[in-house]
Amino acid sequence: MATATAVAGARIRRTPRGRRLKPARMVLHAFLFLVAILWLFPLAWALFMSLRTYGDTALHGYISWPTDGLTLTNYQTFWTQGELPLFYLNTLLVVIPGVTLTLILASMVAFCCTQFSWKFNLTVLMLFTAGNLLPPQVLVVPLYFIYTHTPIAMLGSIDIGSFSFALFSDNNLLYDQYIGLILIHVVFQTGFATFVLSNYMKTITKEITESALVDGANVFRIWWSVILPLCRPALAAMATLLFTFMYNDFFWALFLLKTGDKRPITTALNNLQGEFFVNNNLIAAGALVACIPPILVYIVLQKQFISGLTLGSTKG
Amino acid sequence: MANTTTNAAPARARQPEAGAVAIPARRRRYTLLTRHDKILLALMVGIPLTLDVILIWGPTLASILLSFTNWDGVGDITSKNFVGLKNYQFMFTGYTLFWPAFTHNLIWLLWLTLIATPLGMLFAVLLDREIRGTRVYQSVFYLPVVLSLVVVGLIWELQYTPTDGFINNALGLVKSGHIIDWLGDSRINLYAILGAASWRHIGYIMILYLAGLKSVDPSLREAARVDGATEVQTFFNVVFPVMAPINVVIVVVTAIEALRAFDIAFIINQGKNGLELLSILITNNSLSEASLVGFGSAIAVILLLISMVPIVIFLTRVMRNA
Repeated sequence: MATATAVAGARIRRTPRGRRLKPARMVLHAFLFLVAILWLFPLAWALFMSLRTYGDTALHGYISWPTDGLTLTNYQTFWTQGELPLFYLNTLLVVIPGVTLTLILASMVAFCCTQFSWKFNLTVLMLFTAGNLLPPQVLVVPLYFIYTHTPIAMLGSIDIGSFSFALFSDNNLLYDQYIGLILIHVVFQTGFATFVLSNYMKTITKEITESALVDGANVFRIWWSVILPLCRPALAAMATLLFTFMYNDFFWALFLLKTGDKRPITTALNNLQGEFFVNNNLIAAGALVACIPPILVYIVLQKQFISGLTLGSTKG
Repeated sequence: MANTTTNAAPARARQPEAGAVAIPARRRRYTLLTRHDKILLALMVGIPLTLDVILIWGPTLASILLSFTNWDGVGDITSKNFVGLKNYQFMFTGYTLFWPAFTHNLIWLLWLTLIATPLGMLFAVLLDREIRGTRVYQSVFYLPVVLSLVVVGLIWELQYTPTDGFINNALGLVKSGHIIDWLGDSRINLYAILGAASWRHIGYIMILYLAGLKSVDPSLREAARVDGATEVQTFFNVVFPVMAPINVVIVVVTAIEALRAFDIAFIINQGKNGLELLSILITNNSLSEASLVGFGSAIAVILLLISMVPIVIFLTRVMRNA
């Protein structure tokens, strides 16, 4: 191929060309800058609204600078009266076991399907992948009835202050329980995580597993102490992504939980809309408080986040 | 589930047992898996698979069965509950909300396919070059993707509400008294929430497409440039065809997003008055006081059938790669 010379030729010509394109570059920058402003504006506006009191906006109108300055009152109200710590705790109780279990199950399936050749490994991978692509609404109705008819043992509860975590159910059912919500998150997301992790594990040569078998390790140990450490980047990426998926879930919690006090923050927010959010300034504060954790995760773990998404698309 | 043992004769690895874990026999290797290993492997796949079948595929099939009944969610389902195709008949001819919801889903799909997805691709192409601040732009455009649709809905409500929202105030419509009810007017509210949904969708597509663009061999572009192709020509004639696999993913992701649409519409007004969607009709019929479980399931079957199109496209692609 003549690409080597072509590349060399292009390099020589690039500099004068780049200079000629300068006005085009400026247009591009102007365009991107304007769009970026447009993109950030709804968030910025919400922030501005949240820092003003209702009385202030009512008096001066919405597009005005507050005469008394900005205040954190709305956040205080939301934190103390909106039961915010409780909702955050609910979210953590679902998301942490949810992400952990999903990664364990998905990495096991991906390991078995990529490191060993057997008859149905492709079929199994496709079942998991396709299951995750289904709209959740096509299965929620029967799932609801499964949940309301599955008996779960009541073995007391762990109480922390006013908060009570039932072991494992407080109504003898899977319905309206944290474990029920965790379960559906784990099963639904295992489909996605299996797909992504198996794409990653395909790149690990089977000889690693084979030589570990020769050394006498059993498959469980190979999965845990040979393959999983090799998958650390993919696991980190998946953990980040799964955290946001589960944190942001609205749908499952809406239909599989009933008790208001068990709701995770995202679903609780929707309910506060009717009862607690008496004005737009308070809504703004609530929306922003709820999006702090995913934004923090995104800022801190941006690389993992994006590689998680792209692992699923480019190598599939 | 497995059929190989340590130090077994190579021939034994060929036993055609269902779901067998076997190192391909043609490689004539000694098989290394012990009986213990085989049980472990069976459990490692079997437990997640059982859960997947019980909680995902089981309910999906149950939806199909329920769609032929008039079950109201109470008591057992007996042969008396089976009503044949009555639910479907009513859905297509008597139920006034079905076709509007179907149309809204279609508009959603067209909007994402023709406007939001191409914009995301455009952003990706613009940012896929050595340009100052490209990382910052990427982060900004991607930011809405990490937010939940509930938060997106609430944030855009602050823009759209009639007298208190930014848009009407900024346009001076509040002062002049010509208020536009962006979310309440059934002729425009679907497009208003599509604007909010696009805010999130565009960044998502951009990131997926950027990853695809990065995987394109740079020498292809250099060669096109040497041949005197403009950037636009290079993209459409060289890069875009090479990106065929990722283009399929983008199409599938877009279609699935459009079919799953639920959260934003539900948050704004529970999917009424111009915001009806198939997904919302399912739960509004089946999991509400109406208790029309069978009828809601018939709508679920329609949604399932439509969803099978992008799902099958995606799976065929995965199959071809494997």
